[in-house]
Amino acid sequence: MIRRPSRRAYLGQWLLLLAVAAGGWIIVGNVGENLARKNLHFGFGFLEQESHFDIPFHLISWTVFNTYARALLVSLLNTVLVSVLAIVTATLLGLLVGIMRLSVNWLVRNIALAYIEFVRNTPQLVQIIFWYVGVLQALPSPRQSIALPGGILLNIRGLYIPDAVMDPDLDWLSWLALACLAATPFVWRLRIGGERIGRKALLLPVLALAFFAAGVDHLTYPELKGFNLAGGTQVPPELVALWMGISIYASAFIAEIVRGSIEAIPRGQHEAALAIGLHSWQRLGLVILPQALRIMVPQMTSQYLNIIKSSSLGAAIAYPELFAIFTGTVLNQAGKEIETISIVVAIFLTLNLLTSLTMNWYNRRVALVER
Amino acid sequence: MTVQREGYAPGIGYDDRAPDRVEGLVPRALDWLRRNFFGSLGNSALTLAVLGLLFLVLPPLLRWVVTDATISGATKAACEGEGACWTFIRMRLPLFFYGHYPPEETWRVVLTGLLLAAFSVPVLRDSTRRRGFWVLMLLTVFPALATLLLVGGVLGLPYVDTTKWGGLMLDVLVAFVVVAGSLPLGILLALGRRSELMIVKTISICFIEFWRAVPLLAVLIISALMIPLFLPDGVHIDRLIRALVALVLFNGAYMAETVRGGLQGVPMGQEEAAYSVGLRWWQVQAFVVLPQALRHVMPGIVNNVVDLFKDTTLVTIIGLFDVLGAINQALKDPAWLGFAREGYVFTMVMFFVCCFAMSSYARRMERRLNRHKTGRK
Repeated sequence: MIRRPSRRAYLGQWLLLLAVAAGGWIIVGNVGENLARKNLHFGFGFLEQESHFDIPFHLISWTVFNTYARALLVSLLNTVLVSVLAIVTATLLGLLVGIMRLSVNWLVRNIALAYIEFVRNTPQLVQIIFWYVGVLQALPSPRQSIALPGGILLNIRGLYIPDAVMDPDLDWLSWLALACLAATPFVWRLRIGGERIGRKALLLPVLALAFFAAGVDHLTYPELKGFNLAGGTQVPPELVALWMGISIYASAFIAEIVRGSIEAIPRGQHEAALAIGLHSWQRLGLVILPQALRIMVPQMTSQYLNIIKSSSLGAAIAYPELFAIFTGTVLNQAGKEIETISIVVAIFLTLNLLTSLTMNWYNRRVALVER
Repeated sequence: MTVQREGYAPGIGYDDRAPDRVEGLVPRALDWLRRNFFGSLGNSALTLAVLGLLFLVLPPLLRWVVTDATISGATKAACEGEGACWTFIRMRLPLFFYGHYPPEETWRVVLTGLLLAAFSVPVLRDSTRRRGFWVLMLLTVFPALATLLLVGGVLGLPYVDTTKWGGLMLDVLVAFVVVAGSLPLGILLALGRRSELMIVKTISICFIEFWRAVPLLAVLIISALMIPLFLPDGVHIDRLIRALVALVLFNGAYMAETVRGGLQGVPMGQEEAAYSVGLRWWQVQAFVVLPQALRHVMPGIVNNVVDLFKDTTLVTIIGLFDVLGAINQALKDPAWLGFAREGYVFTMVMFFVCCFAMSSYARRMERRLNRHKTGRK
C-alpha cells in the first residue's frame, strides 16, 4: 500500500500536519512553563489598568489616567493617520514622477530617473532617520522659526499650522458638513428619472466647506509667546519625518508602476486619441490614464500594504504609533510579551486584510469586462 | 510631420525620437537638442524652468559635498568650514565597516569579503557552464570557510565573539545567511502552495500569507522577545541567531511568491513530458520544472536580495550593531557631535552603490531572458 506514490503523498501530508501540531503543542507547553516559572499569567486583563504614561501626540483626548485599552486606540489612530497621509501623498508624488519619467524633455525624464534610482536603492529606515535627525532636528529654535506662506511656522519642534476654533453654539454646522461629505458618493450614484446625478454631486463637498466655514468662530495663528509658540496646531516633527520618509520611498516604486502601466497601453490608443484631435493633457487624462489605472490597481494594492507595514518604522524615531507604544512602552510596563505582540500582529493582519478587500473590490469595479 | 513634432511625451504620444534624416555631426546634435529640450513652446519653458531649479539646488549642494568640505585632520577642530565634515567618516571608517571586531583581526573580514566575491563571480557570470555546481559551492563551502575565518578559535586564529561583529559586515552577513536559508525554504513553500495535497497547500498558504502581512519590525520583535519564551528552560540562543531564524522565515515567504511566479511560467507540457518518461514527482520538480522556473525568476530573486539587504538596517532597532547602529553610536560621541547629516548621507551612498549594482544586474539579466521574446538585442 505504501508503495503507491499517491498513497505515500497522502500519508505524508498527514505526517506533516502531525509535525506542525506537535511543534505548536511543544511551544505552547514551553510558554506555559516559562510563564509559570516567572509567576506570570496569560490574559488580557491588563488592558483595563491605568497606564500612567504620556503619549505626546494624540488625535483623541489622552491623559495618564486612561487605560491601556485607550492607549491601544490612540496609537492605532496614529498608525492609521500616518498611513492614510502617506498613501495620499505617495500616490500623487508617484503619479507625477511616473509621468515625468515619460516626458519628451531629456532633463525632466532623467531627473525623474535619478530620483527613482536613488530612492529605491537606499534603505527606508535610513531615509526616515535622515529626515528626522539630519533635517528636522537641524531646524532653528522656535524663536527663529521659518515663516512659510499662510501663517505656517516651521522649527525644531515641528510644523505649526493655523487652527480654526469652532463656535460652540454652531456645533451642528460641522456635523452637517460631515454628513454632506459622507453623502457625496451615494448621491453621485443616485438616479433621477433614469439619469445619474454624477458630477453634480460635487456640489455637496463645496456645500460642506461652506457649512464648515460658517461654523468657524475665529482662526488662531501660531505666535511666539516667551520661549514657546502659542496658538495654532502643532504637527510633531516625528510625524512629518515619518510621513515624508514613507511617502518619498513609496513614491519611487509607485512611479515605476505608473510608467509600466502607461507603457503597457497599446500604441493604437495614443494614435486614436491623436487622430480625434485631443490635446496632450487630454490624451493623458481622458484616454491613457483611465486605462493604465486598471493595470495599476493590483500592484498599487501591494504598495499600499507596504506603506501600512512601514508605518511601524515610526518606532525608530519615537513617533507614537502601535509598535512604539504597545510593543515598547506598554510591554516594558506591563511585561506582557505574548499578549502585546499578538495584539499588534492581529491588528496588522486585520489592517492588511481590510486594505486588500477594499482594493480588490475597487479592482473588480474598474476591471475590463470582456464580453 | 509638424503634428508629430509638437511636444508630447514618448509613451504618452508615439515615438518621435527616431533620428530624423539629418546629415552631419553638428546638425544631428542640434536636432537632438531641439527634440529633447526645445520641441515646442511649452517644452522650452519647461527646460528653462528645470534649469533654473537645478541652478538653485546644485551649486549649494556641490559646495557642501566637495568645495567647502573637510576630509583632512583627525579631530573635530579640523572641520571649520561650512561644508560637510568627511573627517568624521574617515576617522570612524573601521567602526562602520567592522563594528567592534578587533582591529588586528580585521584582515579576516576582508578575506571573507574577497572569498564571497570570488565564489559569487561564477554564479553571476553570463558564460558559466555549471552554474548549479557553483551555487552549491556558494551555499556550502563558502559559509563553512566564512564561519571558520570570522569566528576563529581554531588553527591559531583568536576567537571573536558575535557580539563584537558589527557595521556593514553584519548587514552583508545577515543578508547572505538569510538568502541562503530562505531560498530553499521559499522553493519548498512555492511547491507546497501549488501542490494538489489539500493539507500541504493550506499550511503553505497560511504560512506565506501570515509572514507577508506582518511588518518586518514585528518579526524582529518576535525574535527578540517571544522566541526566548518558546524555548524550554535553560536553552538560550544567541540574539543574532534568533534574528536570523526569524528573518529566514519572513523572507522565505517573499521568496516563495517570487519562485511561484516562475513555476507558473513553466508550460504544463514540460511536467507531463517528464512524467511520461517515468520520473517521480521530486525528480520532475528537481530536474525539469525548477531549473526552468529558477532561471526565469533570477531577476526577481536578485531584487528580493536588494530589498532584504536594505531591510537589514532594521536589526538596529532590536539592538544589533549593524552599520546604522554604528553610525548612531558614533554620532553620540561627545567629541564628534553634530555630524548626523554626514553619517546618514554616507550610509545612503554606501547602500546605493551596492543596491544599484545588484538591481542593474537584475535588469540586465531580465533583458537577456526576454531577448527571444522581443527580438531586441
